[in-house]
Amino acid sequence: MAIVTDSQRSVTRSEVHQAITRQNKHIPTIALGVALLVAVSFTLLTLFALLARIITQAIPALTEKGSGFLTDTIGSEASKVGIWPGLFGSFGIGLGVLVIAVPLGVGAAIYLEEYAKKNAMTRFIIVNIRNLAGVPAVIYGVLGLIIFVGWLKPVTNGGTVIAAALTLAILVLPVVIITSMEAIRAVPLGLRDAGYGIGASRWEVTRDHVIPYAMPGILTGTVLALARALGEAAPLIMIGAITGLLPETSLSGKFTAIPMLIYSWSGRPDSGDGGVGWSNAAAAAGLVLLVLVLAFNVVGILLRNHFEAKRVGT
Amino acid sequence: MANEMSESPVFAVKDLSVKYGEFRAVRDVTLDIGQHQITAFIGPSGCGKTTVLRCLNRMNDFIDSAKVEGLVDYHGVDLYNSEVNPNEVRRRIGMVFQKPNPFPKSIFDNVAYGPRLVGKMSKSDLNDLVEKSLRRAALWDEVKDRLKASALGLSGGQQQRLCIARCIAVEPDVILMDEPCSALDPIATTRIEDLMQEIKKDYTIIIVTHNMQQAARVSDRTAFFTTEVNTQSDRRTGVMVEFDLTEKIFSVPSDERTEAYVTGRFG
Repeated sequence: MAIVTDSQRSVTRSEVHQAITRQNKHIPTIALGVALLVAVSFTLLTLFALLARIITQAIPALTEKGSGFLTDTIGSEASKVGIWPGLFGSFGIGLGVLVIAVPLGVGAAIYLEEYAKKNAMTRFIIVNIRNLAGVPAVIYGVLGLIIFVGWLKPVTNGGTVIAAALTLAILVLPVVIITSMEAIRAVPLGLRDAGYGIGASRWEVTRDHVIPYAMPGILTGTVLALARALGEAAPLIMIGAITGLLPETSLSGKFTAIPMLIYSWSGRPDSGDGGVGWSNAAAAAGLVLLVLVLAFNVVGILLRNHFEAKRVGT
Repeated sequence: MANEMSESPVFAVKDLSVKYGEFRAVRDVTLDIGQHQITAFIGPSGCGKTTVLRCLNRMNDFIDSAKVEGLVDYHGVDLYNSEVNPNEVRRRIGMVFQKPNPFPKSIFDNVAYGPRLVGKMSKSDLNDLVEKSLRRAALWDEVKDRLKASALGLSGGQQQRLCIARCIAVEPDVILMDEPCSALDPIATTRIEDLMQEIKKDYTIIIVTHNMQQAARVSDRTAFFTTEVNTQSDRRTGVMVEFDLTEKIFSVPSDERTEAYVTGRFG
């Protein structure tokens, strides 16, 4: 009852065994594996070295000051400084980015993906937004200095945390737009068809189906944008963040932010007497910034998981 | 059965042509669609049958390059008149798609989505409407104990019936079906076909199908489309060859291209 064909082909078990089992090691495959492992290890090692360095450097400053490091103001003695003004400024910037860049960026992305006709003009705009994402931060600092510190002085009161928040919101806007557009583009077409097929309007489909489905991707972009905004020092230098004395924090007065303090303190000479020096204070400020960014990331990831769970319809 | 329609048609399509940019996808389609009938569009891939179907509820609006010429008259209204509200058109002329596409929401919310858009409804009215729609789509008995569960947990055939229930829930006049069974197994297909027979007394149904047996089984009238190759540009344009009672199309078609197709000698 063999299946008879006129073919001359026949396969024996041993032939199959030999063909599909590994006879010898394939050198390029192994080499590639090793190379990739080296790349990963190098990246991780750098990261851990950096973290270890910051933490060991920061410990003297943090043990000396305790929680006062977070609540005291900046000054001219390394062992007595706190970063409260920086924390206030960075928090204001983060909030500004969330309130300004996220709605504007997501709105622009929705317009470009869902509403705009896919013509030459739209493509031109998208190419320019992509280019804007690559413009150096210091250029945005110049822009902020001219527009938000200069022209809009009646609104921002000059080089204040409001001007800083606006500048950094503009800086991260392209990132928010591009990541949101990609998230929106990944929404299955069938989902839009489903809504349109029962008479939903474009806005109803966007609001009820496209945005919820794209939300995890939008949040990823938001977290990236926020981390970038919190880490930038260059634009803040341009718009006049200060590093000297700042007894009072307010929205309408002089301001500073954590990256600005790290930059400034790192450049100051240590006394050399073995006590808490500026390098320790800078490292401690860096650690605070890391924790702040990490906290934002955790919130972002939790929200993302929440929206991802919604995608399966629960 | 008379060849003439007894009452005024739901759709009167005249000289319909659709272009995607410079490419003419389908040309010169003229046909009338009768009330409470099932009309099938058959033909090989690329013959424009889905394109024509999507003209009937203005789903082609979402393709920027698509340009519709000719007349699509729906109960005496030119659907492409600038005063027509396309959302309202799509509510009255619902659509079921090739791939089941329930919303990532609960079974209940899938069916309730359309009615909720139309207007505020009391909770009990909405519950009744959801139950009625699911019953009409022959899905109620399978899902009545898990209305709050995700629609994505249903089988493909159940999902497609849910999509039909979702469509029925906004009380449309016409249901357009674009190869609704092509992703389903034969048992699920039979259920959908039975369902179509069941609901045709209330709805006018137009179905695009690749499956000739399906067209022969379910439809009252069949339109056969094919492609013409332009010898200069080597581009294909869809044309409607013949539109008649289904039994005639499958037994004594008047065009030899139709005969070649339905007897399996081509396509």
